[in-house]
Amino acid sequence: MAAAEKQAVTGAGPFNGLLTWIDQRFPLVETWRSHLSEYYAPKNFNFWYYFGSLALFVLVIQIVTGIFLTMNYKPDAAQAFASVEYIMREVPWGWWIRYMHSTGASFFFVCVYLHMFRAMLYGSYRKPRELLWIFGMLIFLCLMAEAFFGYLLPWGQMSYWGAQVIVNLFDAIPVIGPDLAIWIRGDFVVSDATLNRFFAYHVIAVPLALLALVVAHLLALHEVGSSNPDGIEIKKSMDPSTGRPLDGIPFHPYYTVKDAFGVVVFLIVFSIVVFFAPEAGGYFLEYNNFIPADPLKTPSHIAPVWYFTPYYSILRATTDEFVLWALAPGVVAFALLIIWSVKSSAPRIAVGVTAIVLLLGLLTLDAKVWGVVLMGASVMIFFFLPWLDRSSVRSIRYKGPISKSAIALFVIAFFVLGYLGTESVTGGRTLAAQIGTTVYFLFFFLMPWYSKMDTTRPEPQRVTWK
Amino acid sequence: MKALIALLALAAPLALAAEEAVRLDSAPIDPRDVASLQSGARSFVNYCLNCHSAGMMRYHKLLDLGLTEQQVKDNLLFTADKVGELMNVAMTRKDAKEWLGTAPPDLSVIARARGPDWLYTYMRSFYRDPESATGWNNMVFERVAMPHVLWTLSGQQVQVERKFKNMEQAEAIGRQQKNAWKIDVLTADQAGKDGERFILKTIRTETAGSLSEVDYDILVRDLVNFMSWMSEPNQLMRKQVGYVVMLVLLVLLVLTYLLYKEFWKDVH
Repeated sequence: MAAAEKQAVTGAGPFNGLLTWIDQRFPLVETWRSHLSEYYAPKNFNFWYYFGSLALFVLVIQIVTGIFLTMNYKPDAAQAFASVEYIMREVPWGWWIRYMHSTGASFFFVCVYLHMFRAMLYGSYRKPRELLWIFGMLIFLCLMAEAFFGYLLPWGQMSYWGAQVIVNLFDAIPVIGPDLAIWIRGDFVVSDATLNRFFAYHVIAVPLALLALVVAHLLALHEVGSSNPDGIEIKKSMDPSTGRPLDGIPFHPYYTVKDAFGVVVFLIVFSIVVFFAPEAGGYFLEYNNFIPADPLKTPSHIAPVWYFTPYYSILRATTDEFVLWALAPGVVAFALLIIWSVKSSAPRIAVGVTAIVLLLGLLTLDAKVWGVVLMGASVMIFFFLPWLDRSSVRSIRYKGPISKSAIALFVIAFFVLGYLGTESVTGGRTLAAQIGTTVYFLFFFLMPWYSKMDTTRPEPQRVTWK
Repeated sequence: MKALIALLALAAPLALAAEEAVRLDSAPIDPRDVASLQSGARSFVNYCLNCHSAGMMRYHKLLDLGLTEQQVKDNLLFTADKVGELMNVAMTRKDAKEWLGTAPPDLSVIARARGPDWLYTYMRSFYRDPESATGWNNMVFERVAMPHVLWTLSGQQVQVERKFKNMEQAEAIGRQQKNAWKIDVLTADQAGKDGERFILKTIRTETAGSLSEVDYDILVRDLVNFMSWMSEPNQLMRKQVGYVVMLVLLVLLVLTYLLYKEFWKDVH
């Protein structure tokens, strides 16, 4: 559209002229309308729908505090630990900035986990929102990488040995593993070289990817429109006179003011931790991380920060016995289930061959390898949710007792695994973690069957308030 | 290399020592008690800062404890020339390893790693042990390399063992102890015929020091109070700022809630 054809901006008082000038050279009004003032969101968002905007808010906190931390932090094995204490003691308000960043890391995961759980509750990942979900999962992966790289930077004992343990996992990969681990570390052990590259990943590489993915996530969301607690499409009930969804309200100002309120509630909880319990009982800042990294002293108990503990539990639960008595029979049973369910022969043969290869691997390769595989799978499996869920309804509100029990069991397993991951290993705890791991994976692997056979209630035509 | 292996061999059991088995006393510290913090600073500089550094702590920060620059210079500045310097020690890590077997850890943030209760119990749990290199051992930190530097004040303690047939009895007596205690459990074979499997270990003062037990506890309390303060000198300010921030947020909470309700009036 030629500049002259665009209408002048009105309603901005003394800024009308400036905004018109910009709008004739940049899609300002169009962007504002399509993403805010005329982006129609369902009016029945509940509590769970705060966490998307809150996650974005925490991202901003992390970036802004991160910039200021970078001004005084030294990514040098000899100076890193002391430079963090320098920030805590001598940089004006440095302690505030640092605690916001360390607390923000944990709250980022709180928000993202609740945001993901919302999607699981209301089937927000179902068609046509699969790509939106995939972008979200990629954000989650970036967040995990970001947290992992960032955790090395204070250069305490837990930073050091946590990184050592995780990088050593790559050692388990057959053939290329040992060289890959050295390539990641840049040295034979975690060292100054590792600290430098992790710093580079943490402050520029991963944040860039994260920001790009957040933009893609929002664009995908605004393309397909927001889902809602009823899991129905508001675009199906349009107002014929205006052409707008009957159950939709403009994101701005309705959800901007609502989310502003949500941000203040969030800030209250966040500030209670920042100002009154920044260590959060050793869960947000581990006590052992106040001991400088010492490559010669392995701590007797190495635990990751709470947000990684469920996956860490799955890794530790994968013992030789678990591979033999749970994974191997599981692969056979699952293969038979698929072969019984599908009708054509090509997929049957493919599943059979895959199962035999897997079985051979399970019986020959080290359990450590399978621990790493399971840990990876426990995160990656979320990607497949849009295709695993075959229920005729999206929202938990209209799903039946099997789906409701399944998600309840999954949440319990997630918490139990999370708790066990913070504790040292005993025979009983390993067994509990193995049961938790089994429940965790069955939730996903059996979903195509139980979500389909479960009874459902009819979805309403229009959104409801509950 | 030999020294390294020896150190590793030494460190491994240290890390696994029965530290959790000891019931820690709760440290009666108060970061607002300036007199206690000043007294703790004096003890710290006199007794700890010869071998241990506090290399992330600047002498100047002691002014926050209500001291003047001159007071710090006159009473607390032994290992540095200017109050702007860090609390370092003259001993190098290399020398320390040679002399003591291990370099004494920097104490700047030790209270955040160990916790004040651990420090408070640890400093009151040394006992004479002829088998150790220094002649001292510790209930909380078995075979610790550090000698009991405060022994002239606390006097000399010895470990006392008492055997019991059941855990409850041993614990009941343990709880009556003023100092740290722990219970070792023997297997049936080790216990022998009498079946006394539960060994309550406590310490008892054998020769008195220059301070009474009460005064020694107060000295340790002040020392731990100071170390806890030093591990995060801005902790009081953190909480004060916190109250102001909470107040502002509560006002914002009301405003944003009213704004939200006002805008949503017409949504049904």
